[in-house]
Amino acid sequence: MEKVLTTSDLTGERIEKYLSEGKRFDGRKLNEFREIFIETGISNKAEGSVRVKIGNTEVLVGVKMNVSEPYPDSPDKGNLMVTAELLPLSSPRFELGPPKFDAIEIGRVIDRGIRESKVIELEKLCIKEGEKVWTVFIDIYSINDDGNLLDAAGIGAIAALKNARMPKYDEVNDKVLYGELSDKKIPLSKNIPFPITIYKIGKSLLVDPTREEEDIGKTRVTIGSSEEVISSMQKGYSEPVTIEEMHEILELAEKTWKELFLKIGKYLK
Amino acid sequence: MAKEFKRADGRKTTELRPVKAKVGIVPNADGSAMFSSGDTIAIAAVYGPKKMHPQHQQNPEKGTLRCTYSMISFSVSDRIKPGPSRRSMEISKITEWALEPALMLEEYPNMVVDVHINIIQADAGTRCAGINAAAMALAHAGIPMKSMVSSVSVGKLDKQLVVDINKDEEDWEEGEGATDIPISMTDDGKITHFQLDGKITTKQVKEAIELAREACKEIYEIQKKALKESLGE
Repeated sequence: MEKVLTTSDLTGERIEKYLSEGKRFDGRKLNEFREIFIETGISNKAEGSVRVKIGNTEVLVGVKMNVSEPYPDSPDKGNLMVTAELLPLSSPRFELGPPKFDAIEIGRVIDRGIRESKVIELEKLCIKEGEKVWTVFIDIYSINDDGNLLDAAGIGAIAALKNARMPKYDEVNDKVLYGELSDKKIPLSKNIPFPITIYKIGKSLLVDPTREEEDIGKTRVTIGSSEEVISSMQKGYSEPVTIEEMHEILELAEKTWKELFLKIGKYLK
Repeated sequence: MAKEFKRADGRKTTELRPVKAKVGIVPNADGSAMFSSGDTIAIAAVYGPKKMHPQHQQNPEKGTLRCTYSMISFSVSDRIKPGPSRRSMEISKITEWALEPALMLEEYPNMVVDVHINIIQADAGTRCAGINAAAMALAHAGIPMKSMVSSVSVGKLDKQLVVDINKDEEDWEEGEGATDIPISMTDDGKITHFQLDGKITTKQVKEAIELAREACKEIYEIQKKALKESLGE
């Protein structure tokens, strides 16, 4: 019953050979996403929540808000906190305990994608300068890992934000009235940032890797963008990419973003 | 006892909330299940049996059941800080105790069966929903079992016993307040888990057990049906 925890070299060689011929094990083209499925409002205690499935990969993303002190360096701005947890429930590879690097990286890359895109108008989340501001928590949980958790999480994050309603706030008693959601949405700009991750395996570039493909990838680049405006990037793993390759990666990511947006845009309005 | 007790959601005193059960919700896992009761939703996944690590925790007599219960941060109104808490550690252990009697772990010396339970949405009765989901996930994983395990929380609101209390009922303040009695049973009615918080007489505890027995029978049928459906496909 023990699961194989990594993809064997032999399988890896076969995957690489397939890719060099423009083929993948699951019949997709290299630039083709798996079927994507978004469901909103999956937890009624959250201010906003979504389930995102990309093929067999599944994540839950929730938005919670509370009122707290601002950071000293931004006394008139709300706070944003993004965390990701790779639940042991979602894969035999994930163990209990403090977050490991993979989870920390997902949280941080998505944090930057959201923050740098300025999609949340943090200055509108100030209640009283220097004293009280809203904090927006975006929490990400993996439910099943079959590769590309990061893109799923990033799409979930923006979808959850767009679907969230602010809770009412009783200013006199300094109390957030959870469960009494106002009609007010979180103040968001028109930007729709979400990440696209491109993997390089052998000489091939591909999108939306499965777990097996991720296992043998030696380099990857995640690009967080809104339409044609990139707000965050992160190259992962140790193999370098050439400048030409990076150009290709950027173009592939932009094209993929647009194709994906056609499918999921209605959830991100 | 007043028979005309009115519950805020209109249920009869012995009536469960609408229940949903489904197995096979986490493809990666060896077994998995979702169990929801009203607005409380639990999911569980089983990994194993597999070799126990670290080695010194291996038991040559029989396998080990290891449960972890945790609530996801946005499952409740006031966000919970992710990670284990004293409460979640206790419930994890209680869950192990609730389930272990049903398992034939002697067939797996030196091995461990991991059961991960996550509460996605909480409206009271989360440990019970977690145990119900976990028992189904274990069966779905093909772990040899002597019995199913079903769990329900009986409540006493002032003087009135009711089955499967929700959060509003758990927060009952009038009269004697609320007593919360989560109970788990095997399908032949052996109690594998019993907790109680509140204020209640011995007589009423006995009545509560009877109510739990009947409710667990109902839940057992629902669990069985969901497991059978997964085979039908």
